[in-house]
Amino acid sequence: MSELNAALEHSTYNYKVVRQFAIMTVVWGIVGMLVGVLIAAQLAFPILNFDLPWTSFGRLRPLHTNAVIFAFGGSALFATSYYVVQRTTQARLISDKLAAFTFWGWQAVIVLAAVTLPLGMTSSKEYAELEWPIDLLIAVVWVSYAIVFFGTIAKRKVSHIYVANWFFGGFILTVAVLHIINSAAIPVGLTKSYSAYSGTVDAMVQWWYGHNAVGFFLTAGFLGMMYYFVPKQAERPVYSYRLSIVHFWALVAVYIWAGPHHLHYTALPDWAQSLGMVMSIILLAPSWGGMINGMMTLSGAWHKLRTDPILRFMVVSLSFYGMSTFEGPMMSIKTVNALSHYTDWTIGHVHSGALGWVAMISIGCIYHLIPVLFGKERMYSTTLINTHFWMSTIGTVLYIASMWVNGILQGLMWRAYNDDGTLTYTFVESVAASYPGYLVRLAGGAIFFGGMLIMAYNVYMTTRKDVAAQPLPAGAAQGSHA
Amino acid sequence: MASFWHWWIIILTTVTIVGITWILLANRKRGEGTTEQTTGHAHDGIEEYDNPLPAWWFYMFVITIVWAIGYLIVYPGMGNYPGLIGWTQLEQHREEVAAADERYSEMRSRYLAMSVEEIAKDPAVVKMGSRLFGNNCAQCHGADGKGRYGFPNLTDDDWLWGGSPDAIKTALLQGRRAAMPAWASVLGDEGIAAAAEYVVSLNGRTTDPELTAQGEKHFQMYCAACHGPDGKGNAIFGAPNLTNGIWLYGGTREQIAHTLRAGRNGVMPAFGDSLTEDKIHILTAYVYSLSN
Repeated sequence: MSELNAALEHSTYNYKVVRQFAIMTVVWGIVGMLVGVLIAAQLAFPILNFDLPWTSFGRLRPLHTNAVIFAFGGSALFATSYYVVQRTTQARLISDKLAAFTFWGWQAVIVLAAVTLPLGMTSSKEYAELEWPIDLLIAVVWVSYAIVFFGTIAKRKVSHIYVANWFFGGFILTVAVLHIINSAAIPVGLTKSYSAYSGTVDAMVQWWYGHNAVGFFLTAGFLGMMYYFVPKQAERPVYSYRLSIVHFWALVAVYIWAGPHHLHYTALPDWAQSLGMVMSIILLAPSWGGMINGMMTLSGAWHKLRTDPILRFMVVSLSFYGMSTFEGPMMSIKTVNALSHYTDWTIGHVHSGALGWVAMISIGCIYHLIPVLFGKERMYSTTLINTHFWMSTIGTVLYIASMWVNGILQGLMWRAYNDDGTLTYTFVESVAASYPGYLVRLAGGAIFFGGMLIMAYNVYMTTRKDVAAQPLPAGAAQGSHA
Repeated sequence: MASFWHWWIIILTTVTIVGITWILLANRKRGEGTTEQTTGHAHDGIEEYDNPLPAWWFYMFVITIVWAIGYLIVYPGMGNYPGLIGWTQLEQHREEVAAADERYSEMRSRYLAMSVEEIAKDPAVVKMGSRLFGNNCAQCHGADGKGRYGFPNLTDDDWLWGGSPDAIKTALLQGRRAAMPAWASVLGDEGIAAAAEYVVSLNGRTTDPELTAQGEKHFQMYCAACHGPDGKGNAIFGAPNLTNGIWLYGGTREQIAHTLRAGRNGVMPAFGDSLTEDKIHILTAYVYSLSN
């Protein structure tokens, strides 16, 4: 890469680390989603567990979640935040060495996760399964990330800090706090530790972390992405600065309270459950603030959606964001939660956010970034971006629709009872009834995954020096890149 | 809750709700439509309009805040404050259980007054029992009650602890623990092989006569106490009959030798704490009906 990097080096900014993270976003996206497709297949066809501990659902499921959230999503966040913070502060990252350390450190974390999780080494905390030595490495990398990011903000050449950087900054700070507090543990060996908390307190700390992994890692960070790349791609000013201020502060102030809605009707005290639910309801407007600001930025540029599939990725991702942030507060209401909790509805909700919002906004941003980073005018093939767009959209819709049906079906079957007071269905009957939904979900996931392969090919062809971009389809245009 | 935490929760909650309300109101620009006016700063070419908050969004935000305050007055949330209506999830659970008990107890107590043999012939009871079985017993014994490796078949005439209604009911109420000791340290490898050979011979399979004779000595010395001198078992200890070809942990030479070497600890959990007596009575009748 050294020759390539020299040729592509930007005179002011550090694009090398952005390029590295952008490429790894595609690589880890493919790996993480492949594991996702495999475990979706395992639920429909249990023989695919292969009767081996290393390939069993219980070990591969955390591998999938860690790979898509922290490897794919994390790489996308590193790439875009490093790019955006430099472009909007007009300052180079404060340290190329420290930035390079965050890249190699983060990749080391991912590789260690991919080795230890299938081996069954786990702290058993959801979305924080990695054992304590890896947790320590994450903490060191994350603090370095914070130093690079905030250091760059500090030496900015403009007086105002752009809204995208508020969101990136909020995400970096909060994730550091969440990770360190939730991962506190007593080691009993190199590969085994016990949580520093016990019982209900452990559950509450876990879901305080878990929900804010969603709120800050998967929401605030990606809103930062949205605030730069949507106005750039649409070539329009951001709709409302006031809305940015209100929804940013409300979002970060309220999200941190919402964790208890994961523990409705459990040993968690009533007061904590109530506060979790109340704050989740208040969260609807701050969440929608981001969607509105992104969507309305397109006013005056709606016609571009006809011709620019990258912009289409971004707009559809905002629609899924709006939909899942309506669904979330609704599911946090105890009465609704009594039906939806422990069912596939939760899985569907997560994926309308994860596929529809997080993955699609990331994909749109990476398509915007790759030509800039590799000194090309545009992506190799606009037609393939469009194909990818439709595969992602159809895949997401199949996935979430099948999980809604399964979730409501399961919830209703579990609570149905007969005139004699006995339950109408046994648990296993609800599993059997879920089978068609599992097949549709598998198809949806596989289609989404197929789109990522098309992306990889398109990215590879764009990065090749000896290949020119294909001619644009009639009437198509991609937003120009500054 | 200590009074410090009580106030901690109230103050944090209040500061958060008041804070977001303030920031919402402070950034409201009243009575103006959308504008072409920007804030004046540009970042990498991106400008920002100074548009007002969309009215519908503003009111939606206000409504959720008002609703939240109302909820925290009516329901528990503010530390120790129990809420106007004094709702608790525990009380809600108790009320729902009491309502169900009232609704079904008459029917169930009618069955409780009748004998197991009698109600086992009633199709309504068998149906009710099969549903209770599906949600409480099928996980181990299978939906059809035929069991699997390590879990007894309930549909045949072979009973480890006896098949009378009383014995079945006792198993359900109190659970069962069948402990067979490990003999590896007592018998050694050769002794285990011999004893296994003898057990194999008990159900008419061809065996090595010398080894079988040697094994019989071990059997009479160590095994007969529970399984009986004839190997037909004893329901008092849950010791299985070794002569009828029904094997809970497999009947091959290797499997029998393994059982001898390492011992077995079969556990059936007690349901006396999780199911009411009338439900256990109905479940007893259902299990009884499987083989009668």
